[in-house]
Amino acid sequence: MALLFAAVPFVAMCFTVPLWDRIYPMVLGLPFNLFWLMLWTLLTPVCLWMAYRVEVSRNAKQSNSESGDEPQ
Amino acid sequence: MTAGMVAMLIICAIVGVGSLAGFYAGSRRTMDLEQWAVAGRGFGVVFVWLLMAGEIYTTFTFLGASGWAYSRGGPALYLIAYMPLAYAISFFILPPIWEIGRKYHLQTQPDFFQLRYGDKRLSALVALIGVIFIIPYLQLQLVGLGIIVEIASFDKIHRAPAMVGASILVAGFVLLSGVRGVAWVSVIKDFLLLFAALFIAFAIPHIYFGGFGPMFAQLAHAKPSHLVMPGATTNLGHSWYASSVLLSALGFFMWPQSFGASFTARNSDILRRNAIVLPIYNITLPLMFIVGYAALLVVPGLRDGDLSLLTVVRKTFPPWFLGIIGGAGALTAMVPASIQILTAATLLAKNLIRPVIAPGMNDTQVAVVAKTTVIFITTAAVISAVFSHTTLVSLLLLGYSGVTQFLPGVVLGLFWKKVATSGVFAGLVTGIAVVAIMGLSGHDPFVGVNAGFIALCCNCVVVIAVSKVFPSSPFSFNVDSATSSKKAALAAK
Repeated sequence: MALLFAAVPFVAMCFTVPLWDRIYPMVLGLPFNLFWLMLWTLLTPVCLWMAYRVEVSRNAKQSNSESGDEPQ
Repeated sequence: MTAGMVAMLIICAIVGVGSLAGFYAGSRRTMDLEQWAVAGRGFGVVFVWLLMAGEIYTTFTFLGASGWAYSRGGPALYLIAYMPLAYAISFFILPPIWEIGRKYHLQTQPDFFQLRYGDKRLSALVALIGVIFIIPYLQLQLVGLGIIVEIASFDKIHRAPAMVGASILVAGFVLLSGVRGVAWVSVIKDFLLLFAALFIAFAIPHIYFGGFGPMFAQLAHAKPSHLVMPGATTNLGHSWYASSVLLSALGFFMWPQSFGASFTARNSDILRRNAIVLPIYNITLPLMFIVGYAALLVVPGLRDGDLSLLTVVRKTFPPWFLGIIGGAGALTAMVPASIQILTAATLLAKNLIRPVIAPGMNDTQVAVVAKTTVIFITTAAVISAVFSHTTLVSLLLLGYSGVTQFLPGVVLGLFWKKVATSGVFAGLVTGIAVVAIMGLSGHDPFVGVNAGFIALCCNCVVVIAVSKVFPSSPFSFNVDSATSSKKAALAAK
């Protein structure tokens, strides 16, 4: 699941390059390809943060079940 | 005072302040190898950030990215894409590497290979390949320093003597301050570079064209093909872009110095949180592209694209401002160069010379040898820098095509218990051989794909095939026990 979130930027920035490697439409005065990569530079942390949430909640569940029988 | 003297004085002042900060931070602690190389494994989120960012904001960010945007155009966009993706990968592989590093007191990347595969010939080979491919990266930094001095002195000081002088300064800095000093100087350089990038990327388009929009409209009218792939090249199209992005993203943490930087973290959660936020740091890179594109219109026809950023700054702003930009650039070259030299020296002394040539050395002697090799490594890079004429980004790609060949050994070593020592050995040799053959025979890119990526694929196939055919006794890191003890500790809180 965490891997899925991390795969999103790969699809967006790498594998789909023929789809977004173009000048028009210009966004904020930038060629589209440059704008697209800037956008995903900022969206990658969002994807990784989601992956982090998934990992943290999974670890929490595991450690809860592990420490469940031990006295606190 | 001439304009060149003003600019050079300011550069010297910035470099001087930066170096003093580094010496001061380094001099407050006694330096054994553990302290010199991994800072006693006590860095928190801020310092690991700075150390890792120290390798992101290098001369290629500053001069190389704008240089390729100027000379190549569209294909240079691969530089923007690969780094966020490299962090996405690091999110999954650095924490387990860190756990193993702490548990078995690893300091270097070959230490990891030694532990996992139990063969000192393999770890010595990893050390040697690591050092060989750090040299082009180090050369990149020194060429950058040479370019800065050349432009800032208004062509009065030539590049070669500038590079020699700069390398002496860098070597001295490394010897005296170690990794802690380097992290402190990173603070100054990142602040300066961020300021410089933001300012010039907004000011230059505004001064000449009235903003981004008019500038790109003019560029799209004058040179529409430059802005998309393959840009000004004939063979760097979409398949080259995708293969180069993958090669570089996969290779980013295979650099011995980046691999080693992860050991400086205090815990593995720091590495995950760093992976989340560090891509934001990368936002200066597109700004450098904007400056490179602006330079294409303002100062067309430069013989060397790597000069474009500083040339357009020199044309636009007064000398003192050129000095500030040059000083920021100089620190941007010095910090990564120091980290690279430090890593290469540690690798040579600890993983090649001690196990293979002089097994009887103790840690103190290894530290002395490491510091001696600093001089040799720096000299090799200077000689290479003086005699070669290639773009900064080409040097970067050369380095990546080499170090990424470590990936199968590291990742399969972490996640596949059956990977065999002979397989990793054979794969590594195959990968490096493919890189060398294709590079030397001029077949990079090969049918539109980055040759380093083809080498990586060959490498993976060989590792898996040999491991299937000749299985060797598997070694388990027992990472699970390390993570579960941590979880238990967390749960106890």
